[in-house]
Amino acid sequence: MSARPASLPAHAEVLPPPTERYTVLGWLRKNLFSTWYNALLTVISIVLLALALRSLLDWTLGQARWEVITTNLRLFLVGQYPVAATWRVWACVALLSLLIGLSWSIWGRGRRAGALASGALPFALAILAEDETRLALGITGAMGVLGFVIGRLGGARLRRLALIGWVAYFPLVIVLVSGWSDAAGALPLVTTNLWGGLLLTLLLTVVGIVFSFPLGVLLALGRQYGLPVARGLCVMYIELIRGVPLVTVLFMAQLMLPLFLPGVTIDRVVRAMAGIVLFSAAYLAENVRGGLQAIPRGQYEAARALGLNTWKMMLLIVLPQALKAVIPILVGQFIALFKDTSLVVIVGLLDLMGIAKTVLAQPDFLGLQAEVYVFVALVYGIFCYLMSAFSQRVEARLSAAR
Amino acid sequence: MTEQENTHSPMIICRDVHKWYGHYHALRGITMQVRKGEVVVIFGPSGSGKSTFIRTINRLEEHQRGEIIVDGIPLTHDVRDIERIRMETGMVFQQFNLFPHLTVLENITLAPIWVRKWSRAQSEEVAMQLLKRVGIPDQARKYPGQLSGGQQQRVAIARALAMQPKIMLFDEPTSALDPEMIKEVLDVMIELAESGMTMLVVTHEMGFARAVADTMYFFDQGQIVESGPPNQIFGNPKEDRTKLFLSQILSH
Repeated sequence: MSARPASLPAHAEVLPPPTERYTVLGWLRKNLFSTWYNALLTVISIVLLALALRSLLDWTLGQARWEVITTNLRLFLVGQYPVAATWRVWACVALLSLLIGLSWSIWGRGRRAGALASGALPFALAILAEDETRLALGITGAMGVLGFVIGRLGGARLRRLALIGWVAYFPLVIVLVSGWSDAAGALPLVTTNLWGGLLLTLLLTVVGIVFSFPLGVLLALGRQYGLPVARGLCVMYIELIRGVPLVTVLFMAQLMLPLFLPGVTIDRVVRAMAGIVLFSAAYLAENVRGGLQAIPRGQYEAARALGLNTWKMMLLIVLPQALKAVIPILVGQFIALFKDTSLVVIVGLLDLMGIAKTVLAQPDFLGLQAEVYVFVALVYGIFCYLMSAFSQRVEARLSAAR
Repeated sequence: MTEQENTHSPMIICRDVHKWYGHYHALRGITMQVRKGEVVVIFGPSGSGKSTFIRTINRLEEHQRGEIIVDGIPLTHDVRDIERIRMETGMVFQQFNLFPHLTVLENITLAPIWVRKWSRAQSEEVAMQLLKRVGIPDQARKYPGQLSGGQQQRVAIARALAMQPKIMLFDEPTSALDPEMIKEVLDVMIELAESGMTMLVVTHEMGFARAVADTMYFFDQGQIVESGPPNQIFGNPKEDRTKLFLSQILSH
């Protein structure tokens, strides 16, 4: 007797899944005009959209006085940073471009269109700009292409180099931007009260992320696995910080730190950075703890049974899985941190938002809130979009690995 | 103690091992000796403490009274002793517990590289040999989530063997598997038993026990009710509880 169940035919065909094909009209009909009320809604929406778009275009191209932005562009980007030292900021940008190009060709396989667009961007901006800015943008673009080509030639062998490059990049930026001494032959010091604009916003963000991340992970580990005293301290810290608004933490950092550390003068920007790091770490700790709780007990047991000690178990088994699980939440938090840096205005720092306020106080440009804030919103929007796009790429890559 | 005596001394000695969960007395005085190369099968109803017992041997569970000595190392609160014992004992779990973020090969080489401090090349060579031994060398680059249950459990066995343990502990290794995959795992375990590995196996696979077990222990309510070689346990059990349990699991 055959083992095949009677209900199955001897040669069951392997069929492709049914495909749906639409013409443009068919698609419109199905999605926009399927019933009379859908058709009505579609028409009303189109009319409203057209009206809104027309007045928006009218304003952007006609009424708006964009010279407030073009005249003050330098101020928006780097604040009062001395003109003679601007090349240092450009050097940071060019190096960043090199690293991005290199990383893209090593890790960003199959994203040729994105790479082309990103590579073309500096050159396109260079055409719009003039003089030194054009040169700087040109160099930036060239560095990006150079990095990409090096990555192509070197391939996977350069992974370690690229990682080291990223790790070394951030301290290098701080050194380049601040300089160290006015002595001959050294990079002249640029005091932090001259830092401003987008430069300051980005520095606050990057420092905030880079330092709050390890601190937050340690707090989460302490709260989850620490001995009672350590756990108690972690819980106290986390709950204390979470019970206080960021504005308060920033004020405390400005006013209290000098009181606690008499005789030591801490730079204002550093104090703001400390406030942001301490604040962000508490939230990060709770997010990471969520990931830690999602790890099944069997993972710990397997790691233990293999003889891994606690630290190796955490670093090799638990944290990689926990952090991967909370990437979307962490990126959400980093985006929030980026936007929250605008609060440093209230302790007297001139980040992008602070600069916007000072520009609006210029007698020539009184009453141009709309133009200035639209521009600022656009800049914030672009960077937030980049962060979330990057996180989606990382997530897709990591989930492909499973 | 000299090396010579060591080879004759038992691999595992348990004397009057007790364990409580809160007020619940889970292990009530387990005494057992396991010789080198002996294959021990532990069976019994659920909640009888058999899993708890096997997990006290590598300190996944802490015993509160009594004495456990593994390969001459007494199991105490000393972390170094615990880690030494864990290096000597491999463990295979009911739920496999492979690391989902690592490939099969990385799962196997992790402990040799980070605990035994072998080179990556050497660890990978050993890992590939073990994968051949368990019959799935072609799956080395895949992730655990891409394998069937039986394949995952064979990887878990290879992972435990990569540390070159002297003792292998199996905690219900086939209970989470679909029926058609049980055999492929049991075949690997039988081959391992025949190679002379000291094994402690918690299982209800009585065919396996009959084929390779040297001694069987019947656990009930945290105690050893009866022990002996398989032909005695199956052929002539002394205790009524053993007879009843065997009739229940062998009836279908």
